[in-house]
Amino acid sequence: MSSKKMWTTRVRESTLEKFEPEDLLPDRQPAYVASWIYIFGVATIAAFVMLVISGLILTFEGPAWWHTSSIGHFFNSIHLWSVELFFVFMVVHLWGKFWMAAWRGRRWMTWITGVISFFASIVTGFTGYLIQTNFDSQWIATQAKDSFNSVGIGAYFNALNTGQAMLIHVSLLPLALGGLVVWHVILVRRKGVVPPIEAGGSE
Amino acid sequence: MSPQLSKHDPAKKWDGPTRKYDLIKEFVIALVVVGLLAISLAALFSSPDEPALTLKSWAIADAPDFVATATGELAGTTVSAGYGAPYNTAAEGQVLGPLKLQKWAGVRIPINPADDFVIAPLAIDNDPAVVSAIATWKAASADQQGKWANAYADALSKAPKATTLPDPTGAFGPVPAIATGLYGLARTGALDGLLAAGDTPLPTNFTKPLLFLADSGTYFPDYAGARHLQGDQWGVMNETGSYPGQSWLWLYSFWYQIDPFKSSGNADVLVMATMTILSLALLFMPFLPILRRVPEWIPIHRIIWRDWYRRKEE
Repeated sequence: MSSKKMWTTRVRESTLEKFEPEDLLPDRQPAYVASWIYIFGVATIAAFVMLVISGLILTFEGPAWWHTSSIGHFFNSIHLWSVELFFVFMVVHLWGKFWMAAWRGRRWMTWITGVISFFASIVTGFTGYLIQTNFDSQWIATQAKDSFNSVGIGAYFNALNTGQAMLIHVSLLPLALGGLVVWHVILVRRKGVVPPIEAGGSE
Repeated sequence: MSPQLSKHDPAKKWDGPTRKYDLIKEFVIALVVVGLLAISLAALFSSPDEPALTLKSWAIADAPDFVATATGELAGTTVSAGYGAPYNTAAEGQVLGPLKLQKWAGVRIPINPADDFVIAPLAIDNDPAVVSAIATWKAASADQQGKWANAYADALSKAPKATTLPDPTGAFGPVPAIATGLYGLARTGALDGLLAAGDTPLPTNFTKPLLFLADSGTYFPDYAGARHLQGDQWGVMNETGSYPGQSWLWLYSFWYQIDPFKSSGNADVLVMATMTILSLALLFMPFLPILRRVPEWIPIHRIIWRDWYRRKEE
């Protein structure tokens, strides 16, 4: 059997061999990569790191810790404000990429992974609000259930089931979002930063 | 003009002028700045933590509403009792034209509000009046149960401050004793545990106590309304206190503020459908014929890349 038919070979060829080290961690960028807008992508990832760190601390201490401990409440506050910063940075990044028409040059998958990351972030944020185990979470759960139920999703994702929302929030969604962000960044590195819109230069 | 600055195929690898760019240093600086910013905002503004409401707090704070809701569960007139899927088959649920997505998903979380919220929890009550009332209720036909409960619900609606009413003609059957028994159970806090621990003694699923609480006519909705959380107050995107909440849900909340959504019995499914279409448009923007050209026509990119275009013009 030819080594070309091996799954391992195919995966290596379609992943690792597609990249030069300089593509993955370049120390030079095209001259046009000089704008304040480029800060917001990396700022979004930085806020995501803050979310994971503060979220892990809250996870290890348990869901009720922050109601009874001032330190716990402080870490909950860090988690909350990291979420707010995360979304501000992400939305500015998204709008920036829209006005740059950043999908040009066969970069459509970079755009799509970014938008899916945005949607996954909304679901992650929402499940976070559901598991606060306070009045906010009670009210949001009872209101949101009607939306999920109206399209049949509520039969499978029950907003009133705190345990279900908690497990999804701390396990599935951070992993999925982390994976999407890694994929998104790899695509940016592989395709390069989209060049300026030239007169008549769009696809 | 430099030939390297002329029109470039965006699909090809860049071979024009470059500049130094330290990605790792940029990330570390971003992490430090964002970390300090989050910690500073946390220290300055904290975060809201309004304690959860309970069936006990409801029974104590708004006893007439509690008793009226418990009676409504027996009469089958509450939101939960007439909800439909995924809880029961009492209604068809929301529809989107011919699509009955709610109904088609099926009753996967079966809830019988009269039995689950009222009758079953009272099984632990040893009060002879309650034991007798439960036995009478269970022995009666559904039609008779409905007549008793509706008669008592009507009487309570005419005496909005009452928690129990006399029954000189016997028209209410065992319902007053049952409602009073449940009210007593709730005031002790036992009902919270009984509803939450229905499936397991270590509960993580609060579907039953929350559905019962959400059936409240005044206590739960008024508490939320006073904290600007109702649907017509941009509901879900807000949180208690003066905090930004889930501001990224603004477009989702927006539809509930305008017609035809806000006055429709199918508002939720209409909003979900609208947001699905808009989300798909955002997702597939690179392929949408007119929308994908908008960034070329509105030259915000000339601000973003102003240095580049200035050099090009020079």
